[in-house]
Amino acid sequence: MDDNRLFAKGLAFPPFEKSKREPHASNPGGSRFMRYEAPSSTKAAVTLLMKEKGKSAILAGGTDLLVRMKGGFIEPDLIVDIKRIPAMREIKKTASGFQVGAAVSGNELGRSVVKKAWPGVVEAANLIGSKQVQGRCTMVGNMCNASPAADSVPALVAAGAQAVIVGPKKKRTIPVEKVSTAPGRTSLAKGEIVESLLLPKRPPRSGDAYLRFIPRSEMDIAVVSAGVNVVLDAKGVIKEARVALGAVAPTVLLVAPAAKAIIGTKLDDEALDKLAAACSAACSPIDDKRGTIEFRTKVAGVLAKRAAKIAYQRAGGK
Amino acid sequence: MSGVHVSTTINGDPIDFVCDPDEPLLDVLRNRLGLTGAKEGCGTGDCGACSITLDGELVCSCLVLGAEAEGRKIETIEGMADGDKLHPLQRAFISNAALQCGICTPGFLIAAKALLKKNKNPTEEEIRFGLAGNLCRCTGYDKIVRAVQEAAKEMRGA
Repeated sequence: MDDNRLFAKGLAFPPFEKSKREPHASNPGGSRFMRYEAPSSTKAAVTLLMKEKGKSAILAGGTDLLVRMKGGFIEPDLIVDIKRIPAMREIKKTASGFQVGAAVSGNELGRSVVKKAWPGVVEAANLIGSKQVQGRCTMVGNMCNASPAADSVPALVAAGAQAVIVGPKKKRTIPVEKVSTAPGRTSLAKGEIVESLLLPKRPPRSGDAYLRFIPRSEMDIAVVSAGVNVVLDAKGVIKEARVALGAVAPTVLLVAPAAKAIIGTKLDDEALDKLAAACSAACSPIDDKRGTIEFRTKVAGVLAKRAAKIAYQRAGGK
Repeated sequence: MSGVHVSTTINGDPIDFVCDPDEPLLDVLRNRLGLTGAKEGCGTGDCGACSITLDGELVCSCLVLGAEAEGRKIETIEGMADGDKLHPLQRAFISNAALQCGICTPGFLIAAKALLKKNKNPTEEEIRFGLAGNLCRCTGYDKIVRAVQEAAKEMRGA
């Protein structure tokens, strides 16, 4: 049996080699390596983050964090892995809806009871990356990465989802649209962690949907995206609606005029045209090789229309 | 700072290793444990060449830290064949010439095995979706899809 097989069978122990990396330029006299901690409670995680004098990073799925570390865009002194915190691994059905833990992976979400109640949210989360990425990525990570093109976020905003934030002070709950403040930035203070997302309970005759435009058929970053959530009355008239757009502004947008355009209607052509116009009016996108301002502005309206039709149909509207 | 000591299970065997806190599991497997079946293609989770399963879930080992493996169950390509007896997927890849340079093959096999565990009779479309996280620059994918179909058929006993 060669050495490799011995190592693999645990019969031999490979020598521990010191990393050849130099200490980070910003911290030349400091610790040579970053530290990895996997606390078993949210409180312990908060304490670790509060105590850390250098840069810290929270590790959930790691599908953004590890890529950024490898690219040298971020060099944390402390990594706090939240996957050993039981409360963050659970999906709970509560009296007011669903509570989805921050470390729940895309695959776990896709297999859960949430899918039936919030198909738009789950489909949006399941669009992120490949099967391999779905085994790791989380909605909370997607939200806290704070990309305006994050797939799950417009669907969560349309759903009226709330983020439960634990920190050194009191636990607080804020709407998902208040988490990201700019690309890559969040409103979280030092020591704060998003513990879970709250999705409201579904009333009868409700439905949601999320659509995005990408130049490829799968596995790409949204050029424009739209999430729509509607609740109908017994006659099929929309009584409540929320419309959110992604990748057309520095943060995901909740577009109140777009919701107003379809409330009180049965989603006739006139309402759909008003919805599209309100969405396009709300856009302030960037111009890049993936999509021009003109393209993104127009397609935002088109996608909102199509998503609204799917949401309406899912709510039982005809 | 010193290394992190990790106790884990790889292909059914208990394994202990020490790694850097920021060292990807892929590097641990390849450089410390000599399990060089998983390959580093992109190192950023795009190509799937480093695919393994972690507690039964298909993941890119380049996007997992070695330290995260504590107490988990890892399956790699080295555990796929039963001794000298190849897995039906491995045989089908050979008989269908579903590999050329071979760098992507371990990842494809692991991903295909994970797919067939969930879906014993996938359509061609489902196979292509299921393997969309694995890139191959040689075969053009058709032979890989055919190999998976053939193995699936054999594994169903059809």
